[in-house]
Amino acid sequence: MIQGILTASAAILSLSILLTLFRVAKGPSMPDRVLALDMMGINLISLTAVVSLIQDTTAYLEVALLLGILAFIGTVAFSKFIEKGVVIERRRD
Amino acid sequence: MFTALHLAIIAPFLAAVFVPLLYKKIPSIHTGWFVLIVPAILFVYFLQYIPTTSEEGAVSAVFPWIPSLGIHFRAYVDGLGLLFTLLITGIGALVVLYSIYYLSKKRESLHTFYTFLLMFMGAMLGVVLSDNMIVLYLFWEVTSVSSFLLISYWYEREKSLYGALKSMLITVLGGFSMLVGFVLLYSITGTFSIQETIAATSETASHNLFLPAMLAILLGAFTKSAQFPFHIWLPDAMEAPTPVSAYLHSATMVKAGIYLIARLTPVFAVSGEWLWIVAGFGITTLFWGSFSAVRQTDLKGILAYSTVSQLGMIISMLGVGAAALHFDGANGNNVFIGATTAALFHLFNHATFKGSLFMMVGIVDHETGTRDIRNLGGLMTIMPITFTIAAIGSFSMAGLPPFNGFLSKELFFTSMVNITEFQQFNMDTIGMVFPAVAWIASVFTFIYSMIVVFKTFTGPLQKEKLDTKPHEAPFGMLLAPIVLVSLVIVIGFFPNVLSYTIIAPAMASILSPLLEQGQQFEVDIYFWHGFGTPLKMTIGVVIAGILLYLGMKKWKGVYRLFPEKLSFNNLYDQTLDKGEVLSQKIMGAHMNGFIRNYLVYIFAFIAAFLLITMFYKGAFTIDVSDTAPITIYESILFLVLFAAVGVMMFTTSRLTMIIGLGVAGYTVAMFFVIFRAPDLALTQLIIETVSVALFLLCFYHLPQIAKNLEPIRFKAVNFIISAAVGITVTLIGISAGSSRMFESISGFFKDYSYKEAGGRNMVNVILVDFRGFDTMLEILVLGIAAAGIFTMIRLRLAGRDEL
Repeated sequence: MIQGILTASAAILSLSILLTLFRVAKGPSMPDRVLALDMMGINLISLTAVVSLIQDTTAYLEVALLLGILAFIGTVAFSKFIEKGVVIERRRD
Repeated sequence: MFTALHLAIIAPFLAAVFVPLLYKKIPSIHTGWFVLIVPAILFVYFLQYIPTTSEEGAVSAVFPWIPSLGIHFRAYVDGLGLLFTLLITGIGALVVLYSIYYLSKKRESLHTFYTFLLMFMGAMLGVVLSDNMIVLYLFWEVTSVSSFLLISYWYEREKSLYGALKSMLITVLGGFSMLVGFVLLYSITGTFSIQETIAATSETASHNLFLPAMLAILLGAFTKSAQFPFHIWLPDAMEAPTPVSAYLHSATMVKAGIYLIARLTPVFAVSGEWLWIVAGFGITTLFWGSFSAVRQTDLKGILAYSTVSQLGMIISMLGVGAAALHFDGANGNNVFIGATTAALFHLFNHATFKGSLFMMVGIVDHETGTRDIRNLGGLMTIMPITFTIAAIGSFSMAGLPPFNGFLSKELFFTSMVNITEFQQFNMDTIGMVFPAVAWIASVFTFIYSMIVVFKTFTGPLQKEKLDTKPHEAPFGMLLAPIVLVSLVIVIGFFPNVLSYTIIAPAMASILSPLLEQGQQFEVDIYFWHGFGTPLKMTIGVVIAGILLYLGMKKWKGVYRLFPEKLSFNNLYDQTLDKGEVLSQKIMGAHMNGFIRNYLVYIFAFIAAFLLITMFYKGAFTIDVSDTAPITIYESILFLVLFAAVGVMMFTTSRLTMIIGLGVAGYTVAMFFVIFRAPDLALTQLIIETVSVALFLLCFYHLPQIAKNLEPIRFKAVNFIISAAVGITVTLIGISAGSSRMFESISGFFKDYSYKEAGGRNMVNVILVDFRGFDTMLEILVLGIAAAGIFTMIRLRLAGRDEL
């Protein structure tokens, strides 16, 4: 029963990754793509969690946390890039 | 053991070391006087060997050089070696004496001249006295190099450099070929020793490599001895100072090839090919050299072609002499032995008269400022001694009595007539050309000999065409040629002083298989040898020669029938030029500087090579018995990955490409999750993020124009190659997975990572414990990369604006 639900949710999450990928590919604007990428990151976190439940292991919890941080940093960096044209600003002098 | 004999061979090299020192420290005395001591002492030293070689045979001494490879410096003195040794040291001494007066102490850099000359002398001694083929080859190449240096002695002249390069290329080509021949001989007999090879002749002749070895060695001998069609370097080598021409290009170096042929006659002469090739090339060279000599206007040019021609004559006689080995014994019925006698006798004679002629030309050049026969004439009364030298030398060269050239020419005709009676290898039918060509060539020899004497010394004196006021040369300069022409006359009248001292022992080395123990060849050279065919031929030569010489203006047009374009010189020049152009074209065609082309070569080669290998080895296997079932997640992730790669391939925006790459990287991280590799997944995620950020950084700095791509054009070649590489790698991957040969060793790590290393994380234990060494070096790689990036960013030597 539990296994079935887990499998189903993993499948649904994978499907949603596929759909967000469509958004990444299609665009049409850069923010669309960045948002889609961010969403894909969160979906990946969920998928990692579900997979670790299916495989009955705690080894992937770090992966989930790391994905969270990276998705956040990545999105912020992209946003700043789109906004200002640079990611890391030089020291003002 | 290192003996006095070895010391004698390398003495010139040792002396050469001190030449620059003497030149610098004692500038008041001409350096040549010090150098003169070396060949003089060596000549006297080697004279002592005459009784030994004529009575007891050979003397040898071994000095192990590279014993593990069978290379010993075995000095071997027998009749043949001694004949050459005496020529080298004797004429060497005379040439040094002559050069003392010829080369100015003030103007010329004498130290380089005498260093090169001594180098050459030592190398030449090494060539003729080495029994080991590799040592012989070593000295052989030193003669090529020192000859190159001597020809280009006046290196500021364009023509000297041209001549030096030409002789270097041709003789080194032959030298390499000869080395190949020696190695082939070694692979037949298993020894580098010439004497041991001669002893093993019976098994050599039937071997498959016999003919290739013979041809390779003959190529070496022919290039060195300026045989047709490799004679072209010798006339251009005349840009060297005259003592060099006299020494190297008439008496010694060009005879190295003759020495080699004579030395290896017992090895190869059992085959008919040897007889035909050696005699055939010799006779062709004889004719072509004498024919070409007549058209020259430069005295040294005439002498150069004359040398070519005379060398051809000696070689043809050596080839014909090989016929003797097809008969048994050294008795009087074996008439072909006479050809070898004639070859050696003429070898000696040629060295004497050609050396004196070159020195004569040097004197004329020195005292008048020109060597062109069109500007010369009427010098007979002004330079009587030089004229006498020229007359004796030239008449001897033409084969007139009572000089030594007459005797050797008679012997030459005798051997050429005799060879037509030889019953093997078609000699009795086609062999008729030999005496005929020999006769015609002798007529031409007569003509150019007359040109040398009469165009230079008779006729009107053309004072306005000469740079200096002509006068007789100083006595010191005349001394060396006088000694040589005295030899010409003495040997002409008393030829038998040489017979048993020098020629018979030398014949014993060449035709060794014919001799029984303690037997000796009978050498009798008579001045009057009966009114036979040879004498009639000589009379014919003289009559025809005089007529042709007097009527030369009428038939000189013959030479214009051969256009310059068809000459071998032109062929050589074109080969060099066209070769350069062609190689540039070939290089330019495939090394065109486009990385995409190089990648095409690399990938096409990888795919083709791997596919062909796998196919021929029958290595393609597909075995699904050991594969795991495919789950739904894997299929979906595969679709994502596939889609991401597809987007990257077909997009027209670089930014989309970068994002696609990021997606692919994250998907791979998810694969790591599914395949239970948490450490890999963690690392992959971070690295992917960083590298995507770096790509974005690069993207940001791209020029605006390059940020968006044209739609990628379809290129069939690229498609085929990329598809081929993909298919190849996939097939190999499947095949490798399907044919597992051994159990994996991962069981060990599973069992022992906690027990031995105290860690539960197996991957990390492997990384830092079981195989920590790799990790250390990968840390180093990262360090180097970081340092490299830092350097590239900070170090801008060229300045930014220039980029």
